Amino acid sequence: MKVAVCVKQIPDPALPGELDPTDNTLKRDGKLILDESDSYGVELALQLVEAAGGGSVTLVSMAPNNEVSGLRTALAMGADDAVLISDDALSGTDALGTAKVLAAAIGRVEPDLVLAGVESSDGYTGTVPEQIAAVMGLPSVGFAKKIEIGDDGLHIERQTELGYDDVVCPMPAVVSVTAGVVEPRYPSFKGIMAAKKKPVDQVTIADLGISADQVGWAGARQEIVSVTEAEAREAGEVIEDDGEGYQRIVAFLEELKVI
Amino acid sequence: MDFDIEELHEDIRQGVRRVCADFPDPYWRECDSAHRFPWEFHDAMAAGGWIGIATPTEYGGGGQGITEASIMLEEVAASGAAMNGCSAIHLSIFGMEPVRRHAGPDLCREVLPRVAAGELHVAFGVTEPDAGTDTTSITTRAVRRGDEYVVDGAKVWTTKAEQAELVLLLVRTTPKEECERPTDGMTLLLADLRAPGVDIRPIPKAGRNAVSSCEVRYDGLRVPVSRRVGEEGEGFRFLLDGLNPERILIASEALGIGRVALSRAVDYARERVVFGRPIGQNQGLAFPLADSHARLRAAELVIREASWRYDHGLDCGEQANTAKYLAADAAFDAADRAMQTHGGFGYATEYDIERYWREVRVMRLAPVSQEMILNYLGEKVLGLPRSY
Ligand SMILES: Cc1cc2nc3c(=O)[nH]c(=O)nc-3n(C[C@H](O)[C@H](O)[C@H](O)COP(=O)(O)OP(=O)(O)OC[C@H]3O[C@@H](n4cnc5c(N)ncnc54)[C@H](O)[C@@H]3O)c2cc1C
Repeated sequence: MKVAVCVKQIPDPALPGELDPTDNTLKRDGKLILDESDSYGVELALQLVEAAGGGSVTLVSMAPNNEVSGLRTALAMGADDAVLISDDALSGTDALGTAKVLAAAIGRVEPDLVLAGVESSDGYTGTVPEQIAAVMGLPSVGFAKKIEIGDDGLHIERQTELGYDDVVCPMPAVVSVTAGVVEPRYPSFKGIMAAKKKPVDQVTIADLGISADQVGWAGARQEIVSVTEAEAREAGEVIEDDGEGYQRIVAFLEELKVI
Repeated sequence: MDFDIEELHEDIRQGVRRVCADFPDPYWRECDSAHRFPWEFHDAMAAGGWIGIATPTEYGGGGQGITEASIMLEEVAASGAAMNGCSAIHLSIFGMEPVRRHAGPDLCREVLPRVAAGELHVAFGVTEPDAGTDTTSITTRAVRRGDEYVVDGAKVWTTKAEQAELVLLLVRTTPKEECERPTDGMTLLLADLRAPGVDIRPIPKAGRNAVSSCEVRYDGLRVPVSRRVGEEGEGFRFLLDGLNPERILIASEALGIGRVALSRAVDYARERVVFGRPIGQNQGLAFPLADSHARLRAAELVIREASWRYDHGLDCGEQANTAKYLAADAAFDAADRAMQTHGGFGYATEYDIERYWREVRVMRLAPVSQEMILNYLGEKVLGLPRSY
């Protein structure tokens, strides 16, 4: 059982982020960490390999400046190795370009299953996993909350607004994992030490057979025209409870049509 | 000089913080008030391989030095776990140093892997009702009978005696009066605390109440000679081997408590508005906090120097003692100032400051008092005549 997990390394959300005024993109030149929303995919991959009685988990990440900090975290959790695509030409790459690069790297791994987070915590496009599937010509299932391997392929509980759908899907496939569906393990001391010795294959787009005009600003089909500050949230309404407060809360929720 | 932060050290900090994040202040508050050993925390640290961080790899440990162990304990303390968290694991980290250095390979193989895995708890029995600072005055006696020693006497303050399976016990095999030097005639035994002939009673105390320290009476306890650590009569010198690491670790734990107390004080001083302005705007409150920061940083640098020297096999008595002295004072002051900053709320259990304050106070007394450190520095470093 060979699982590839796409993981993004992002600026620490606990620190104030900054936009580059020249191109309106998030500055990523500092230290990057593992996107928490990808830790669920790593955890599920580790569990699947354990359940299968063996195999490997390979991380695939595209990041500037050969950044490996976030990869080390996932390697310390137990992933076996990683492919890191880092190339100056990738600056400005849009979601589709990213999917093409990741797909090319995943192709070299030849996995039985590709996992990704539903969306990254810094970009939130929520489109990359499906685009990877399309580029690779693989089936794609989004919003998985549970994955099992059956004789006839993957059995997936796919989260819906009302509950979940049971989906069966042939392998290999690309599956995006909803954040919060498992408790990601945290690195043990031995895991941290072992991670330092695990291989990270650092590749450029040329290694993947991708030319510079397909990626970066040159290949991007998007342009960030302007950025506006999100509107400040208005203060909520405070309901003082005089014994009947619950009625007003119920009425308010009914008005919103949430109950 | 190189003050670059090593990646491994940063990883250790992050890793320990992650474990400790599952054990926030309310957990410690509850363990402390219920006098309940923090098993969940202990087991999480054991499962992560943290307890064995400094045990050699041949015994299943992480093979790191005192530097890494001290960074780990600093982070445990700084998470708000304070002494309750550190004391739950402290003895398993370096307490077995005399065993590792002086016991035979069989005893090491039997004991060290289980200690590193957190399965075997150990205690340290040196202090007696009439022998604390003055260790050579211990009277707990071990008499050899064939393949066994028979131990009679009483120890006090044996931390974790209630949880521990074994105690590293300092006994007199020759009474002081019969010895050439007072430091002769003492022997280290790794004794079974659960055997008949051992009576354990926790000592009610001011703080760190999740981990008890006990009065332990030994009444004809039999200890096989195979459980002797090193040669007979050499116990005191073997004990000394563990003192510098112990001081470095205690200093780091103090530093961690100082850090958490200070950061709580700073948060509170920013938010609490009195007379129409945040109290932290008053220099009368801001200066003591800034001063504490400076003192904690100074202590930290000496800790780092001491641990670096120990790990490089250099003498570190001066540095380890200085580190403990500076850290214990700086951390207590930080906790006390945090309490002052919090006003009356600092005295309320809910704000946790009083817990830090109670716990950090002990570092000025034990494992070695501030006075005895000054005695050491005065005599051994400055070359002044010995006063006692
Ligand atoms: C919470 C806690 C946990 C402990 N855990 C352990 C443990 O696990 N195992 C263990 O063996 N012990 C333990 N101890 C005991 C600790 O090591 C002793 O309390 C410490 O060594 C001091 O000894 P004492 O209390 O007998 O003080 P004493 O020796 O009676 O000294 C009393 C005071 O007099 C001062 N003093 C004495 N002589 C001089 C001098 N010549 N010059 C200046 N000042 C002097 C001392 O500094 C001290 O302030 C623990 C203690 C505490 C409080």
